[in-house]
Amino acid sequence: MSAQAELAASPHLSPEQSRALQRSPAQCVRHGFLQALPFILVLMPFGMLFGVVASEAGLDLAQTVGFTVLVLAGASQFTAVQLLTDHAPVLVIIVSAIAVNLRMAMYSASLVPWLGAARPRDRAWIAYALIDQSYALSIQHYEKHPRLSIDQRVGYFLGSVLATCPVWVVAMLLGFWLGKSIPEDWALDFAMPITFLALISPMLRTPAHVAAALVAVVGSLIFAFLPSGLGLFVAAPLAMITGAVVEALMERRNGARL
Amino acid sequence: MTGYSDSTIWLIIVAVGLGTYGLRWSFLGIFGSRPMPIWAQRMLRYTAVGVLPAIVAPLVVWPAATHGEPDPARMIAAVAAVAVGVLTRNVLAAILAGMTVLYTALYFMA
Repeated sequence: MSAQAELAASPHLSPEQSRALQRSPAQCVRHGFLQALPFILVLMPFGMLFGVVASEAGLDLAQTVGFTVLVLAGASQFTAVQLLTDHAPVLVIIVSAIAVNLRMAMYSASLVPWLGAARPRDRAWIAYALIDQSYALSIQHYEKHPRLSIDQRVGYFLGSVLATCPVWVVAMLLGFWLGKSIPEDWALDFAMPITFLALISPMLRTPAHVAAALVAVVGSLIFAFLPSGLGLFVAAPLAMITGAVVEALMERRNGARL
Repeated sequence: MTGYSDSTIWLIIVAVGLGTYGLRWSFLGIFGSRPMPIWAQRMLRYTAVGVLPAIVAPLVVWPAATHGEPDPARMIAAVAAVAVGVLTRNVLAAILAGMTVLYTALYFMA
């Protein structure tokens, strides 16, 4: 019996958890792919919108594809194109568009305990494909199934990437060609917020997670007056500190009770 | 026309691409399997619940599509997505609940 199968047979695992442990890496890719499929509903409209905006801003097809493939980060691409339209100085455009992606460094850090043991080659492409959806879906999966092997974790991540990243590129191309013939009353603006909420709410399982999320919400509303999304960089660290502090307090309380 | 030369635009694309990749690779690439300090691990466990709600909250309260006017349909939809997500622990169920409530509410409030 392999170590992984032995783990899977251990009695205090839920059926779902032992099933997850028994998957081969290839099955993990499929599993991640299937679970990421719903995000296509969100990435399609968002990607198409970038194609529309980029062509309206005067970018040619190669440049639009270049943005999408080399940057692969929606908010940052929109920021850059918006600033190009505003005729901002080149350095301002570069710095702003990179700053929008600062959260990626936080994602990268939080994946270290889960994917740090992967081969350098794997970590190189994981970094490239680290988008909000692949990150949030995978970290949620890893936390739910903490005993997955490193190959199973990498496989799941790959599956979530294959279902999402190519869609982003295809959607951008469609948007570039179809242009403005996309109706505005589809309320597509709200698909992204709903996905993010759907990704987060299953994670609210401890008081520390709930406290962190509440501080994130309140903090982002209080600091919403700050320019160019800077409020996020006040609210998110405050929320993370809150989560850590509550976790430490709970541990101390439980420790005292034992 | 953008008012920028083609090479300037490519410079922007490549610079933003490299910078973004650097941010994504940073900790994962450098730390690898070396352990991070305990306090950092503790904080980083709350990255997702700290970042995503902070991105979403202003969009829920002041949606761009209504020019920043608070919109009951969008708020109810957000509450539905969170409630179903917490109760079922299922991402797809939460998305479907949120979108269904959004379209139903928009239909009746229009």
